[in-house]
Formats: sequence, C-alpha cells, structure tokens
Amino acid sequence: MKTTTSPGNSSDVLKDASMLKQKEMMAKHYDRLTNAEANGDKVVSTFVPGNLNELIMCFDLVNNLPEVNAIQSGLRRKSGAYVMEAEKAGHSEDVCTYVKSDIGMMAKGNIGPNGSKLPDPDVLLLSYTGCFTFMKWFELLREQYKCETIFLQTPYMADGKITPNMIQYMVKQLKEDVIPKLERVSGVKFDIDRLREYLKKSAEAEDDLVYILQSAKNKPSPIDAYFGGIYYIGPIFGAFRGTDDAIEYYRFLREEVDQRIAAGLGPVTPDGPMDEEKYRLVVEGPPNYTNFRQFWKMFYEEGAVVVASSYTKVGGTYDFGFRHDPDRPLETLAEYCLGVYTNRSLPMRVEMLTNYVNEYEADGLLINSIKSCNSFSAGQLLIMREVEKRTGKPAAFVETDLVDPRYFSAANVKNRLESYFQMIEQKRGGVKKEAAA
Amino acid sequence: MTTQTTTSIIDRCQALYEDLEFTAARDWKDAKPGRKVIGYLPVYIPREIIHAAGMLPLGILGGGDQLEVIHGDAYYQSYICRIPRSTIELGVSGRLDFVDGMLFPSICDVIRNLSGMWKVMFPGVYSKYFDVPQTYEDEVGGTFYENELGELLHDLEELAGRKVGEDDLRRSIEAYNRNRQLVRQLYALRAQKPWQVPAAEAYLVIRAGLVLPVEEHSALVEQYLAAAEAESRPIRDNCRVIVTGMFCEQPPLNMIKSLELSGCYVVDDDLMLVTRWLIGDVPLDGDPLHNLSAAFLHHSECTAAKYEPNQEEKGQYLVRAVRSTGAEGVIFASPSFCDPALLDRPMLQNILKAAGIPYIAFKYAENSGQMQPIREQAGTFADSIKLWSAA
Repeated sequence: MKTTTSPGNSSDVLKDASMLKQKEMMAKHYDRLTNAEANGDKVVSTFVPGNLNELIMCFDLVNNLPEVNAIQSGLRRKSGAYVMEAEKAGHSEDVCTYVKSDIGMMAKGNIGPNGSKLPDPDVLLLSYTGCFTFMKWFELLREQYKCETIFLQTPYMADGKITPNMIQYMVKQLKEDVIPKLERVSGVKFDIDRLREYLKKSAEAEDDLVYILQSAKNKPSPIDAYFGGIYYIGPIFGAFRGTDDAIEYYRFLREEVDQRIAAGLGPVTPDGPMDEEKYRLVVEGPPNYTNFRQFWKMFYEEGAVVVASSYTKVGGTYDFGFRHDPDRPLETLAEYCLGVYTNRSLPMRVEMLTNYVNEYEADGLLINSIKSCNSFSAGQLLIMREVEKRTGKPAAFVETDLVDPRYFSAANVKNRLESYFQMIEQKRGGVKKEAAA
Repeated sequence: MTTQTTTSIIDRCQALYEDLEFTAARDWKDAKPGRKVIGYLPVYIPREIIHAAGMLPLGILGGGDQLEVIHGDAYYQSYICRIPRSTIELGVSGRLDFVDGMLFPSICDVIRNLSGMWKVMFPGVYSKYFDVPQTYEDEVGGTFYENELGELLHDLEELAGRKVGEDDLRRSIEAYNRNRQLVRQLYALRAQKPWQVPAAEAYLVIRAGLVLPVEEHSALVEQYLAAAEAESRPIRDNCRVIVTGMFCEQPPLNMIKSLELSGCYVVDDDLMLVTRWLIGDVPLDGDPLHNLSAAFLHHSECTAAKYEPNQEEKGQYLVRAVRSTGAEGVIFASPSFCDPALLDRPMLQNILKAAGIPYIAFKYAENSGQMQPIREQAGTFADSIKLWSAA
C-alpha cells in the first residue's frame, strides 16, 4: 500500500494509491468525452441513479453524466459562478443546484474539468429514477440541445417491494422504446450477448465494491465510507461499470483495504493516515462539494470516521445482495434502477440506516441535509427521530448544499458537529455508569 | 330546485373552505355505518374508483393560512414547501382521524416522501403512493397504469369489504363526467364573462368539490352557474390573465382576491386540476379501468408534474389557453420551493416570450400574509398590458 502526494496539486493533498488510480481513470474518461467529436464517438448524457452503462456501451456511446460534471465544478470551486449565471437567466434560487451548475456551465462555454469543451450530447437518456428533478433537468437540456431524448421511467418502490408490474413496465420500455432509439441514434445493432458480457463484468466489480464498503465493520475501519466512499463509488456509478477497468480498480482497492486491515490502520485522509478512531458514524445524505476537504477535515480532526452512508448507495444498493445478472439482462437493469437508494420508500430508508448503525456498531446517525435536494431531504427529520428511537444512539443534523457555496457555513457545521461528538461522549458515559451500577 | 343567490352559495363554500375539521366529510361518514373516507393530495387521483367502492374521496390541500402549524414544522427544514408540513399538522392534530386511507399522487419528491412518512407516523391507516405513467403508449404506460388502477381498486375493495363491479365503476365515471362538464362550464363562463364569475368565487365553488360527494357538488355548481348568469355585476377595466403554477400548494384566498383587485381578471388557472384533469367524457362502454387509463394517457391536462415527450409540444398548452380564453398575459404564481413549478417556469417563459405573450412571476406560500407586493406587481403588470394594447 502506498500513500502518496497527489501530483499537480499545490495544496499537497495526500491520496492513497487507489485514489490516484481512480483519478487517472476519470481523467482518461473526460479526455475520451471531450475528444468524442474528433474520434467520431457519439455521446449520451444520462444520470447516476439508473445509469444503464452496460446498455450504453452496447451502442458504443460515450457516457456523459451532468451530475458528475456539477460535482467536478463544485470541487473546483466553479459551481458558485455557474449557479448564479443560471439564476440570472431566470432559474429559481429554490431549485436543485446540480441543474443550475450544469446550465450555468453551458452558458459559460461548457468547459469540462480537463479544461476542454464538453461535447453536445447526441442523445439524452432520461433515466427517471428516484428524483423528480431529473425529468425537468432533461427537458431543460432538450430545449438547449434539441437532440433525441429517450425516457425510461422507474416506478417508485413505495411499498418496499418490486412488483411484476414494475418489472414488466420497465422491460417493455427498454424493448420497445429505449433500445430501438439507441440503435437509431448510434447506428449500432443491439446485441444481447454483448450486454450479457458487460453485466457479468459488472457483477464481478460489484462483489469487490461490497467487500470494500463492508470492510468498515472492522475496528478501526480501514475506510471512510462517505468522504472516501465517494472516490470508491466513482467508477462503478459512472462510466466504468461493466468494464475491465472497473474490475481491476476494485480488485486493486480491495487489496489496499486488506493491507490496511492487516496493519490495523484507519482510512487515509487528505492530511495523511487517520489517527485514533474515536467516533464511528453513519451518514445520511449527499456531501457538500464546494468545501469538500474542509468538511471532511471537521470529521477526521475529531477522530470521526464514517462507517456507512446512504449516499454511496445512490447509484446502486449492492450490499443487500443485488448483482447485475447476465442471465436476465433486461430484467436485471430494471431491478438495478428500482433498487437505488433514492427510489426506496422512507420506511425502507429508516430500516436501512437503523441496520447500518447496528451492523457497523456506529455511535449514531448524522444527517447532512442538502438544501436543494428534496429527494433526499424531505422526511429526513422523521428519519432522524426514527433511527434514534430504534437504535438508542444519538443522531444529529447539519445543513449544507451540493454545489452552492452560499449554503456552506463552516462555523455552523463545525459547531454542530462538535456538539454532536460531545453528545456521543455523554451517551457513552451514561452507558458506562449504567453498566457499573 | 330553489333559486339561490351567488352570495348564499359562496357563503356555504366559504364555510366548507374554512372548516379545517372537515365537518361535512365527517357528517357524511357518520350518516351511515360502514362508510369510509379516502384522503388524497394534489395533483390527480382517479376519484371514480374511490366513489365506486362507496367511499368519499376527500381532497387534502394543506392547512391554508388559518392553520397554526405547531408540530408540522418539526418535520421539515425551512427550505421545503409548506403543504407537507401543514398536512402533517392536520394529521398529528387529529383533524384527519376519521380518514380511513390516504393517497399520495406522483407529483414531486416531497409528496412522494410524505407517503412514506405517513406509513411511519400513522401505521394503522391505509396509505398509498399512487404512481402514474410518464410514458403514454397504450401497450407500455397504459398497461402499467391499468395494473396500478387494478391494484388500487383491489386495496379499496379490501378496505370496503366488498367487490366493486364494472357497473359500479361506470356509474361513478358517469357522475364524474357530469361533474367535469359542469366545472368546465364554470371555467368557460368565467373566461367569457369574468366580471360575472370572480376568481375567488370560482375557486371556492370548485374547492367545495374536494370535500362534498360528487353528486352534491354537481348540484352546487349548477346552482352557482344559474345564479352567476342571472346576476348583473359591473364590468371593470381589468386585463385578462391566466394564472399558472398553483396546482399543488394553494395560494391564500386573499391572493386570488388581490389579483382581481389589482386589475387582473383571471380567465384560466391550474388550481385543483383533479376536478378537470380528464378532458372530455370518459366512455362508459367497455372496460372502465381501461377507459380511465386511456383518458389519462391521451386526454388529460398538461402540467409541470408531467413529462412532455415532444419538444414541439412543450408548453404549447399554455399558449393555446391564452388564445382560447383571450388572455392578455400570464402570471406565474408558484409556491416557494416547488420543484415542478419552478423548474418548469423558465421553459414556459421562453415559450411565451417566443409567442409574444407578456408574463410576470412571483412566489407565495399557503400562509403568505402580506399581499401588498403581489398587488403592486400584478397592478403594474395589468397597467403595462393596457398600455401595450393601446399602442
């Protein structure tokens, strides 16, 4: 295992070897994307939850994810200006900042994280899974690009189960609409055996991803399953699921994690390996990206490690056993979309987080409530109460935004976190007293 | 039928509107043992199915500006709209304790998540998220929707303790066809003679239909239509506007009144779309669930909560409404933090701009108290329209 200084970064951020490998993969993908026109590649824009990467690859299309572009803009401190640009053009201050960052970025020349212009998509694959905003986002993009838009609706798993009607609906959409349109746009004939091959590869990488995420059950946890987890999910939630690159990356990462477990080490943070693990947390909700490192630091400086998070399930909930199944290629794509975290009902979310607190032996639940993401945020206060009630562990609530820097108040977040850690200490003290009595 | 004045009809509707205990629905339930009431939120529920099961569909539109929200705010962050918190307040305070089931239509993530909250908070009450197709081919979205309708019917049969036959469904479709015809007549009369049908009156008359049995409401609308036609009211020098964006969280009644007071006749709106979601009559011949499904797919209103598959058609419903009602402008009135309305708004505004239709936009909450800024904005809009018209 190597921990190294990330090249080309003046602030000397420390990254472990897998993070560097991941960064290389992402850079390579962005180069492929921005060179698409020159290389004669066609581009599809789609979403992370409900991302049908295996199907997309069957048509030789290059996958562009506007959510990931917004995240990249947030990390590079560019999203604030983009959001304001969109608001200037009439978009409400109340709505999703991913959308506004994307629209503002387009208005400012659509320059990707590698400094080159992102291509106009040839097709928009509106995989409508777990987020109402997606629907309007792609209507907005369609207005801009005037390209073919393919719609795939994922019914909501409101009653905690997948019904045959849901699967049949999705498979019909895939067969009768999505696939024929992708064939037309790409000029490539659909080959179901090719899809099966990709799905087989997906399942292989998914096994390793689950192993890595569940390694946080160790004490100390060798990973941070939220801040670090965001790096880990990048390839499989993005353009690499179903590829050999993903298999290699997750195998490499697994080996790295195994070495850390064997050495009794905690996660690698931007300031180096984490010291003593004092608090184990489960986190619900997406992170803030504009102040990502500062936010993370508030945790690791206090010895807090995130052992499980819901956000790392937003592009698939593999830890409950789901794997892409090459024997049922279209049905498995439907089941994948249906199972993503934001498509799960609120009672399912409560149960999942409760189980995480128990199974990962966490000290409690922390919710990072995102101002502009109703899919996550609506209902989180009830989730907090329920998980607290069911686990007996304290929960806390902080508020930030995805990529709008105006909604990140470092002092407020830090104060709340410090109070929360004190609350955990008090709770521990109480438990010890009870045991001694 | 005794002739009533608009005043007496509106007084009754106003009392129904202000009654946050839902006394009329409670009385209906108490009048016969075994009756059941099913609550539903905006934007659309096939009320025919509830009616066919012998139950009363009860529209829940939040708490308005008269309900003090004490508990509801503890469940929501400041950046989430108001209707879910006041709906929770209605539930927690016992105002919905007579309701046997709650339906949460597919409209946005907030109402979607509220469906799960209801399951956690009121585990003894039947509650269902009612999913609808956003694809409109008969064999794809249609089949899915018919099965969803079948599932709802099955659930209600279990709740009612009896089977619901096709003839029951046809009778209910007929009752709602009649109601939709009358509601459309009311809208048509207002578009034609807005001075005879003030916006606040139209609102109260339509809103009564969310708490009354459909037959009673149809009679009420008929009475109002007759009374409104019979009365002579002064014509003001108002401009004609369409107000859009209010399909879920309701504006305060004062806001609707303020628009007219500031010089705007409301000739169309998207308030309480459930009362006229299906355009035209649903056929009575054939399979009733199939007919309800086909009407939903091919003959239903456009709104921000729906996906528009055809870019050429995006927002054209609004342009057509402007042309058919003779409106001179559009007011985008959206609840704060309303994803569907606010995300759709820039696209609709671009379409209006291209069509040369003037518009303004503002936000409200169901408990907004200060109307002066809205009155000033709407008044300035009305004045500018008059100036342009004169040019």
